Amino acid sequence: MSQIFHPSANTLARVSILGIGIAVLGGVGGVFAYVRSPYQTQVQVIRNQPVPFSHAHHVRDVGIDCRYCHSTVETASSAGLPPTHTCMSCHSQIWGSADMLAPVRSSLAENKPIVWTRVHDLPDFVYFSHNIHVQKGVGCVSCHGRVDEMPLAWKAEPMTMEWCLDCHRHPEKHLRDPQDVVRMDLVLSSQEQQAKGKELLMRNHIEPDRLTNCSVCHR
Amino acid sequence: MHNSELEPMPPNAVLRPGHTFASVTDKIGSLVLVRPYELKWFIGFGIGFSLLMTLLFSAARLFYYGVGIWGIDVPVMWGFAIVNFVWWIGIGHAGTLISAILLLLKQEWRTSINRFAEAMTLFAVACAGMFPLLHLGRPWLFFWLLPYPNTMGLWPQWRSPLIWDVFAVSTYATVSLLFWYVGLIPDLATLRDRARNKWAKMGYGVFALGWRGSAMHWHRYRTVYMLLAGLATPLVVSVHSVVALDFAASLMPGWHTTVFPPYFVAGAIFSGFAMVATLAIPLRAWYGLKDFITDKHLENMCKVMLATGLVVAYGYMMEAFMAWMGNNPNEKFVLLENRPFGPYAHTWRLMMLCNVIAPQVFWFKWARTNVYFIWFMSIVVNIGMWLERYVIVITSLHRDFLPSSWSMYHGTVWDYATYYGTIGLFTTLLFLFIRFLPVISIAEMRELVHETGHKHGRPETSPGSAS
Repeated sequence: MSQIFHPSANTLARVSILGIGIAVLGGVGGVFAYVRSPYQTQVQVIRNQPVPFSHAHHVRDVGIDCRYCHSTVETASSAGLPPTHTCMSCHSQIWGSADMLAPVRSSLAENKPIVWTRVHDLPDFVYFSHNIHVQKGVGCVSCHGRVDEMPLAWKAEPMTMEWCLDCHRHPEKHLRDPQDVVRMDLVLSSQEQQAKGKELLMRNHIEPDRLTNCSVCHR
Repeated sequence: MHNSELEPMPPNAVLRPGHTFASVTDKIGSLVLVRPYELKWFIGFGIGFSLLMTLLFSAARLFYYGVGIWGIDVPVMWGFAIVNFVWWIGIGHAGTLISAILLLLKQEWRTSINRFAEAMTLFAVACAGMFPLLHLGRPWLFFWLLPYPNTMGLWPQWRSPLIWDVFAVSTYATVSLLFWYVGLIPDLATLRDRARNKWAKMGYGVFALGWRGSAMHWHRYRTVYMLLAGLATPLVVSVHSVVALDFAASLMPGWHTTVFPPYFVAGAIFSGFAMVATLAIPLRAWYGLKDFITDKHLENMCKVMLATGLVVAYGYMMEAFMAWMGNNPNEKFVLLENRPFGPYAHTWRLMMLCNVIAPQVFWFKWARTNVYFIWFMSIVVNIGMWLERYVIVITSLHRDFLPSSWSMYHGTVWDYATYYGTIGLFTTLLFLFIRFLPVISIAEMRELVHETGHKHGRPETSPGSAS
């Protein structure tokens, strides 16, 4: 009886076993990498804005406090985007006729808010409050990164559930004194942070056990 | 064919005497290789395939509109999907029992029914596995059931029996598939060697994995086969126990009982053997396999059905007894009032008739030897076991602790379409299996020829025709 397969079929069989393994691992690994990549999370993806507003200039060079524009960050869920009047509180005095600011002037004239491109957008099934995070001592920089170094704004963190839970499980790593919440350049050694965090957990009545209850975020 | 040498069938034979290695191989191999497509096959396959299309259509509708097209609503959130899941997974149990436990116990009558019982197991598990996924509401997120490092930082809830189910059923499917495939390898090689068509040679050749029938091959084959049998043995008990825990670990009266796991396992084997009989009787008649699947096999299956049926009856009795003795008002209400006398009483009574009363006829020899009657009874048991799951799921839920939420449950047309659709999937796969693979293990039948020859002092039959 003649052979059906050439002897090379043996090699082919072995290679395909290996190949199937690689294909499966590669496929799964590829999906894992994709969902964590900036394509999915939008981390460090710079958005075009109607007015090229530079946080780097306004925060670092000029020294404006975050809360001057994001005025409801301590009292409401949303940090708030400033109305055009806030921009004009300075720009009616300086750079009043700059071309770059034309959309701001027309917004004021027509009484229509500037339509900014949103950078951070949490899913609708998540309840998030800036108020409680700021009150309990989570610094702006923990979630938004070094905004003072961003010419145009980008997302500094992936804002996945895993990332939220990292902090909800170990909040002491990110807690600060009230006066340091808006500071961009505060650097503490890990021992200092640990001690400070433990102290603030006690002082602010934070119970990490409860912070991972489903209903804390999904109400 | 070597029919001229065949002897008349003695009453207790598991194989007709006079068969040789060659005649066994010819007879079973020819079902796949020689026989042309027959009208009977096309009719059977056609019916199965049309029902399969019904399944596709109703699943597509389900994906589009959501589970609202089914009859489920508060308080009955587990409807047909769970009933069918448990029913199908139970049917699968006979395959594993026959292939693993009866192999280890060296029951030689298993040999001619193990192959298609294993195939039946695989197809039943495929049907079963579909229902929890369809029931998910968002079936495209089924992978959330698996523990994998995800961006949500979440693991499945390990304390829930529903997650144990995922592992129990997927392990069961994997081990059953391996067992079936390993058993097929020598037969695939036989078919490869006997096929005349080039593509058939290639197809069987690829899956025969280069089997040459050397002593080394057989040695390794036996080792792997016995190891897999050992692995599969605990699965016979564990899978349906875990399915039972889906119910027993809850607090619903009528579900929350310790008797559930063993009584579910017995019920599974009961329904599994009924399904094997349902399939074996027409199969051996249409394909002339009465030499291999003898009346002795059918009689043994009846005995297994009788024994497991009695365990199931004991389970029903214990449920009722414990409800009465435990004096929990809710449990008493469900088991002693609502099931036998409530709005679903007709279902409960029909279940008792099918599962408890009817199988008692198998005490009589005439019932175990009349083929038409056995086939009829196997259908009765299949229906009875479906009704059992219906009674368990629906009657406990539809009148729960809160009388203000009591209501009635009825399957919609899409519930029935999905259910009959999975019967279509099962039938389609079964007909494809009959057409392309040997329904009886050729290699093991040769072994049986050898062994029975020894036992009856017959001279050694002609050496096997592995080529």
